[in-house]
Amino acid sequence: MDSPLSSLLDRTLTPEAHRWLSDAVARAAGDPATVRTAFPAVGRRCGRGHLTAGWTVADAARVRLLIALPLRGAALAEEVTALHRYGDAGEQRAVLRALAALEDADPSFGALGLPLVREALRGNDTDLIEAALGPYAARHLAADAYRQAVLKCVFCGIPLDRVAGLEDRVDRELARMLVDFAHERVAAGRDVPDDIWPVVRVHPDTLEASGLPAEADSAVPERRAAAARALAAYDATPTAAGAA
Amino acid sequence: MRIFDPHIHMTSRTTDDYEAMYAAGVRAVVEPSFWLGQPRTSVGSFTDYFDALLGWEPFRAAQFGIQHRCTVALNPKEANDPRCAEVLDVLPRYLAKDGVVAVGEIGYDSMTPEEDEALARQLALAVEHDLPVLVHTPHRDKAVGTRRTLDVVRESGIPPERVLVDHLNELTVAMVADSGCWMGFSIYPDTKMSEERMVRVLQEHGTARMLVNSAADWGRSDPLKTRRTADAMLAAGFDDDTVDQVMWRNPVDFYGQSGRLGLDEIKPDDTALFQGNSIKRGGE
Repeated sequence: MDSPLSSLLDRTLTPEAHRWLSDAVARAAGDPATVRTAFPAVGRRCGRGHLTAGWTVADAARVRLLIALPLRGAALAEEVTALHRYGDAGEQRAVLRALAALEDADPSFGALGLPLVREALRGNDTDLIEAALGPYAARHLAADAYRQAVLKCVFCGIPLDRVAGLEDRVDRELARMLVDFAHERVAAGRDVPDDIWPVVRVHPDTLEASGLPAEADSAVPERRAAAARALAAYDATPTAAGAA
Repeated sequence: MRIFDPHIHMTSRTTDDYEAMYAAGVRAVVEPSFWLGQPRTSVGSFTDYFDALLGWEPFRAAQFGIQHRCTVALNPKEANDPRCAEVLDVLPRYLAKDGVVAVGEIGYDSMTPEEDEALARQLALAVEHDLPVLVHTPHRDKAVGTRRTLDVVRESGIPPERVLVDHLNELTVAMVADSGCWMGFSIYPDTKMSEERMVRVLQEHGTARMLVNSAADWGRSDPLKTRRTADAMLAAGFDDDTVDQVMWRNPVDFYGQSGRLGLDEIKPDDTALFQGNSIKRGGE
């Protein structure tokens, strides 16, 4: 866990919660099996309130517990995977958020947490999908899976600025997929979420090659209007250098 | 009137039941884990079931303004199947969950050595996890089974005020009253106990440490039996405060010993989602 988050957690916990967590961390460091009953109890012991962008107090406390585990590689992945398997939505979310920190602390953990990311991406829980698309997914997801995940966020209404690594991982195929999505929306006379345009801007030829511009001349008034709105939003988006 | 049904298997019930229960005054329920009418054959089907008791079912209940908590355990009947007994190894993970307010249902079905072992281990787990326990008493040979249950409870060292002995009747209530444990009664349409008999038990034994439940499940049962018993109590001359003690404060006091009951007032809300899914039908 990076230290600003950790010190924010320390400032936020009540003295009683802090004692409980320190004790739980010490026990987990000595006997990793104790994490199996400490991990579910974190919410009621430490609190579930907001900590900082995208993080609850319980998330940060759970990450601290996980990185305290005296396990490495496959053994670490096995323990963490079981916590995820037996975890409720809050516990699963914390495991997903912890993956990057676990790999930072133990390079041999590597891509062993990737099945958990994939499971979240197969589901419909937007909270878990968002938690899964942190820096760990940006490092490890293959290009096709990463593109599908971004498209899923657009469908689920998850703002793309919450997807880690998007700037670095934008490719022409992703821009093409988002343009086709926009075209479908426009053909239905519907609005397109604004946050796809910075991605499309990186590969402007995908827009030109699509059927979207021609929708501006559609015989159907709703399609014409939707196309005009979409193209205006695209034009208002800064070019690649300033793209998010 | 506010009602807390301390033993009901909502997984087996419909949304119509939830609506009718809310209309009758039910605002909180505890769903003990039990067997499903047909045997499970693996630990995995237990854990999926526990996950549903902690996830989907409280979500469903909340849509109808009812707060749902649960108890988890290896039930006595399936304790006899070696394919299921290993669930005891994963149980501690679940006993740490927020929504778990007791260990249960544990107890005897046929009083086998396997049931002895499961009961003793789970009583020890309750002590270790600082949780009360819900103890089922057998349908067959009930008086002997209840006495033996009380002996095992005493030997376990768990304080009797943290034990609820359930499915009692006229012949088993006195020994449980003497033990200091809480007394549970399941009011069924035909068997076990009726609301009129329940009222007579309350008149004879008082209302302290007494809990009334519907134990409604997939069998012939009625989730409104708590309300019908409350009405029968009023008709027999019990006052509102005494009805509130039996139907609300007693279950709150018993399960409150977990420190995890945390009841709040909630309103029916069918717009929420659980893992992105809703209880609506038709595309959602």
